[in-house]
Amino acid sequence: MSARLFRPLFMGLVGLVLLSPLVVVAGVSLNARKRLFFPPDGVSLRWYGELFSDTGWLNAVKNSLAIASLSALVALSVALPLAWFLWRYRVRYARALFGLGVAPFILPPVITALGFLSFWATIGMYGQMAAVIVSHGIFFVTLPLVTVSLGLESIDVEVVEAAESLGAREGMMFRTIVLPLVRPYMLSGYAFAFVLSLNEYIVAYMVAGFTVETLPIKIFNSLRYGYTPVMAVVAVLFVLLAMVIFGLLARFGDLPRLLGAWLPEDR
Amino acid sequence: MRRGRPDTATGWATGAWPMVMLCVFFVVPFTIMAAISFFHRVEGGFYEPGFEFANYARFFTAFFGEILGFSLFVSGLAAAICVAVGFPFTYLLTRLRRRRQVVWLVFLLSVLSLSEVIIGFSWSILLSRTAGLSNLLVALGLMEQPVSWSPGFVALMLGLCYLAFPYTVLVLYPPLSRLEPQLPEAARTLGASPLRTFFTVVVPALRGAIVATLIMVFVFTLGAYLLPQLLGRPQHWTLSVMITDQAIYQSNLPFAAAMAMFLMLVSLALVGLTYVVGGERRGA
Repeated sequence: MSARLFRPLFMGLVGLVLLSPLVVVAGVSLNARKRLFFPPDGVSLRWYGELFSDTGWLNAVKNSLAIASLSALVALSVALPLAWFLWRYRVRYARALFGLGVAPFILPPVITALGFLSFWATIGMYGQMAAVIVSHGIFFVTLPLVTVSLGLESIDVEVVEAAESLGAREGMMFRTIVLPLVRPYMLSGYAFAFVLSLNEYIVAYMVAGFTVETLPIKIFNSLRYGYTPVMAVVAVLFVLLAMVIFGLLARFGDLPRLLGAWLPEDR
Repeated sequence: MRRGRPDTATGWATGAWPMVMLCVFFVVPFTIMAAISFFHRVEGGFYEPGFEFANYARFFTAFFGEILGFSLFVSGLAAAICVAVGFPFTYLLTRLRRRRQVVWLVFLLSVLSLSEVIIGFSWSILLSRTAGLSNLLVALGLMEQPVSWSPGFVALMLGLCYLAFPYTVLVLYPPLSRLEPQLPEAARTLGASPLRTFFTVVVPALRGAIVATLIMVFVFTLGAYLLPQLLGRPQHWTLSVMITDQAIYQSNLPFAAAMAMFLMLVSLALVGLTYVVGGERRGA
């Protein structure tokens, strides 16, 4: 097979496999009746309405959005000073500190989740939403840490030195030079943490699964009692939301660079 | 800019906040979990402080040994499939025009961010009898009647690969996109076919990255917890499922903690190994 033909065929096939479950779920979410059927018999948006009118589902939507937006903020609030500290100063334990920041993400999540469970149970905050928010904030600290560090590395050191020689102090330098330059990286770190928190199951479940129902937990709980097309609706909305957020990131930022590529300019 | 130890109070303060947060909410929880793994379990779901190896000893029985073996096998197979497909895929991806790359990356990130619940649910529908792929095959006349392919081992493997594939691509993306384009070009100029160039130039140049990715994906799938429950049968339950089962449903936190500690040591050892083979600093 010629190379020219192989690339689109191979990549297309992979794309098809990645897309097919999403297509089926999108189809199922449009079913007019409650039966699980594809292709849908009769198209209707009633299950989309149900997500936002049924109190149980609506509550899960609210919980998920609150946890995702606040925990991403916690993650950023830890990651930004940490990245700044590691970039600005030389300390001997820098590698260990960075390692601590990326560890939650590299270990299998069930371990971190069990660690959180032991912790919150010990201090008596098991089952509270605040516990989930902090847990997710720590769990996803890696994402803003990596993006903000990348942003700091892209700052021209000469600019900082010029400001220093003109007498700018630490705080002023941070506000007027560093912050504006890393803001897009902060935003993308926040967006990554937000989307992943929205989809996270095991940590949320172990910390407060029986009291605070997030959307993934609600779907899994509902799966035990049977099927409702609302699950498919949630899946579709999650995919679309992720695509919109990452699409915006790509539109206003340099996604390949953010993901670690050095691309020659002429591509 | 002079980079030394912090010399001002604000300098120390900026470092203190993240350090305190990570210590209190990450190091302390792990320490508590490690302690609990040695505690003594009391019937009825409670535990009392103690120091015994009973929880670890139980882990080395045939039943849990089999689960461990199965977990390692499943993750190993999934990692091998993902890298076998993902490496050539990522190579082709990095040779695309920038605009197309970005479209692919957005799509891959969207799939990567999907919850295991949603992936498991989607695949169980795709493999189901009433709404699944087999209907399409029946419509095309390739099958007699629709069948259900889920739950089962193949369904579980498909789900795991689906879960890990975008991750694989994104781990391979930095080293492959930094590969000098001149390298394969030189091979081509010297008359090697694209396939030969790929196997004799590209693959050997990135051997370290491939091994590192295999390990990373292995650890990643080791953490899969919902897919074995949604797409597999009870005999396909992995260590991650057992840990949660012991912690939540059997109320045996000490035993769950012991298993988690074991899983953590395995993962840490493997991740440490990637630094040895990788040798180079990896990006995001």
